[in-house]
Amino acid sequence: MGRYAIRRMLGAIPTLIVISLVIFTILELAPGDPTGTLPLTVPPEVRENIRETLGLNDPFFLSWLKWMRQMFISEPLNAIESVTGLQIGDGERLRIISWASRGPAVDTIVERLPQTLWVLGLGFIFGIIIAIPVGVVSAYKQYSIFDNAGTVISMIGYSVPVFFTGPLAIIVFSVWLGWFPSFYDTTHTVSDWSSLVFQMKQLAMPVAVLSLFNAAALSRFTRSSMLDNLNEDYVRTARSKGLTENRVVMRHVLRNSLIPVTTLIALQVPGIFAGAIVTEQIFRINGLGQLLISAINGADYPMVQTLTFIFAVLIVLFNLVADLIYGILDPRIRYE
Amino acid sequence: MLKRSKLLIIFAVIALVAAACGDDTSETTPTTSGGTATTQGTTATTQPDVGSAAGSGGNITLLQWQAPTAVNPYLSGGTKELLASSIVIEPLGEFTPAGELVPKLAAEIPTIENGGLAADQTSITWTLKDTVWSDGTPLTADDVVFTYEYCTTEATGCTQSSLFAGITSVEAVDPLNVKITFEGPTPYPYNAFVSYQAPVIQKAQFEQCIGAAAAGCTDANFGPIGTGPYVVREFRTNDTALYDFNPNYRGNADGQPFFGEVLIKGGGDADASARSVLQLGEADYGWNLQVDPTVLDNLEATGIGTVFAGFASNVERLMINQTNPDPALGDLRSVYGDGNNPHPFLTNPNIVKALSMAIDRQTLVDVGYKSGGTPTCNVWPAPPAQSTNNDDCLVQDIEGAKALLDAEGAVDTDGDGVREYNGARLSVLYQTSTNAVRQSNQDLIKAWWEEIGVETELRNIDASVFFGGDPASPDTYQKFYADIEMYTNGSGSVDPQAYMGNWVQAEMPTPANNFGGQNIQRFASDEYDALFSELTTESDLAKRAELTIQLNDMLVQSGSMVPMIWRASVSAYSNEIQNQGDLNAWDSEYWNIHEWTRVVG
Repeated sequence: MGRYAIRRMLGAIPTLIVISLVIFTILELAPGDPTGTLPLTVPPEVRENIRETLGLNDPFFLSWLKWMRQMFISEPLNAIESVTGLQIGDGERLRIISWASRGPAVDTIVERLPQTLWVLGLGFIFGIIIAIPVGVVSAYKQYSIFDNAGTVISMIGYSVPVFFTGPLAIIVFSVWLGWFPSFYDTTHTVSDWSSLVFQMKQLAMPVAVLSLFNAAALSRFTRSSMLDNLNEDYVRTARSKGLTENRVVMRHVLRNSLIPVTTLIALQVPGIFAGAIVTEQIFRINGLGQLLISAINGADYPMVQTLTFIFAVLIVLFNLVADLIYGILDPRIRYE
Repeated sequence: MLKRSKLLIIFAVIALVAAACGDDTSETTPTTSGGTATTQGTTATTQPDVGSAAGSGGNITLLQWQAPTAVNPYLSGGTKELLASSIVIEPLGEFTPAGELVPKLAAEIPTIENGGLAADQTSITWTLKDTVWSDGTPLTADDVVFTYEYCTTEATGCTQSSLFAGITSVEAVDPLNVKITFEGPTPYPYNAFVSYQAPVIQKAQFEQCIGAAAAGCTDANFGPIGTGPYVVREFRTNDTALYDFNPNYRGNADGQPFFGEVLIKGGGDADASARSVLQLGEADYGWNLQVDPTVLDNLEATGIGTVFAGFASNVERLMINQTNPDPALGDLRSVYGDGNNPHPFLTNPNIVKALSMAIDRQTLVDVGYKSGGTPTCNVWPAPPAQSTNNDDCLVQDIEGAKALLDAEGAVDTDGDGVREYNGARLSVLYQTSTNAVRQSNQDLIKAWWEEIGVETELRNIDASVFFGGDPASPDTYQKFYADIEMYTNGSGSVDPQAYMGNWVQAEMPTPANNFGGQNIQRFASDEYDALFSELTTESDLAKRAELTIQLNDMLVQSGSMVPMIWRASVSAYSNEIQNQGDLNAWDSEYWNIHEWTRVVG
């Protein structure tokens, strides 16, 4: 198992290098220009000078190598320095600089993480907490009123997009009822009871909308996995041994049914970090999704490259984690 | 069957995920990494004995749905960054909403009468007010000189360097006097250090940030030390800017500024900002509300906020390609080529006049702009140089347009509903940037043109590509691979000279200058060029206005441009906010933020 994991990780390195090269090529070919957002009153010579100072006219391969060095040497060293407080070398090294803010791209990403993790993480956790019991009950009482209602609600949750439920929530809870603010204040600090209440208020709508969406898909998946297992021979054996129904369902069926569900959950974890572009836009949570989309619109390529590459790393990593979990949960599977 | 230990591992993984999210609950406090600039220490200086209410007004929330990416106007020149920096750093002079130049850091505006401007107009001397920076040190002429050096050093990549063009030197005469020397007589010497585009930055802070080092100075770029009413407390790029009032501000004795804390919040879109200010009352101001006018009216009807419009010189216009954009020409598409590549029919001013007559400008305003626009027939729309010679275009005249085309010999000979002129079908490709208002206006104009027998094909291009200026892209507005294109442009300055200079022949985009010029429609007139050079040497203001009117009429009557809508900046204020005056479209909308107050009624 350990050897398998190491082999997979080593195998991921060339994959990631190829991914970074693909990202670079796509951005090189993409239209758009960082000076495009400047007012028309800025003359062309000035624009050309700005492009030159940003390094936009450097040869493609050179800028890729430069970025690789910054990403794999400068940024990790800088991260170690800022966490441990130690200084490695003279501390002077070229970091990945955003074209839009002229500030270090990784610092902006770190600044954006809290609000993205708050909203998407909570939406994810609440989604799981809701989905699994609903899926279990729906499967056990197949075709009951509860199951049918669950089917309808999860179909609505799954097929109605966030860009509809989001504004709907704002109209109902902000405009009509006035319960929650319609934008998210990222500078808000939780220090006492009333600030915690405010934080919960500004989280309520986006988390609810995301939970509904996440729970819808996952509850269907749990339900079908449970149904598969309920008809297995081992369930009949367990019942014929005289086990209580509770024990049969919770210990035998549920555990086996959760194997594919857990894998699915592990595969979705990178999505938490990638942010939710639409949800963040609607509720004005300036997280990683909003950062990515504004970087793409502003042709801020160093930021786009860094963000997409970090997402790629997370996806590769959690694919491996999903495989390993599968091996742990299902003893029949052995990796050699 | 699963073993207990393995089940534990599952829960451990789930718990880890939960912990990863939970850990960050404490992270909403400002991060300590370089991304967050803090300007501490300024509050430590002793507050002058004001005995008044400076900074006592609590907080004010300003929504800028396009969030600022930095607080340095010289490195990112979008309006959003200019606004964010304008409440911290200040220029020598600024414009009022009426377009009048008034002193800010200067004691007075230098003129020939008061001796500040040399009689031959080759130099100007500004005298500074006694002012201190927010860190308590005095503002001196050296700071002004340094600002000039900072922006004109090529490696800085300064976005405002054109404002300093034509200057040979900026010198400190003494600590309070700074002399700017020009290459030659300069009738309009008020570009440098005037308006929110060219404020004075502190030499002590930016000294190490000049040239290639400019980008690395994140702390300075996110938190410049200024002389304005506010100082940056925390800046999050593309998200939020939080400011405290400046205890060393010169207006403190008069109780200015009123608000103790300013929050600029970005994100979302114009619709959401409008709703927050006008319907929910969550914010006190919303910037640039380009929203469907009917929606804006409905929101305003709630009665807790008011929409303001401010007019400068922005005009939505049709640019009429004077060169042939035929794809069969290959690299010669839309290239002037010394006049050897004329457009088959759009070089005839009467055909373009017919296109202009067919347009009902008031309907375009009603559909897309309402209070945010007014019909115009002029490229330069603002007083005192406002021409009245083209106003017949304000009334739509479809029949007149048809008659004019008939008289030019542009008639439909083959019965397909489209006219021909000298063998060329009157069929145009009409492009603009992707934007709901522009597309609805495009649809209306297409219908009117088809009514007079001009076939129209519509196209829209993403704004970042259309205005992106990438010389390799065929879709930029400079390449102009279409017959007609629509966009808004205006003058960066109250003085029309730089703007009217866009249409001299040397400004034509060609392959030689990488399609970089601003004479987008490839307008070529020796007469115009001669009249423009007269403007560059004329110093009498009344005569300058007269020349501007003549230049404007020449452009409009040449049929190379069809001005349609004089566009305003549109923003909304909560009704609680008082003393903000008219909306300033010539300078920062926050130009008088130190005078704003709140009255809770």
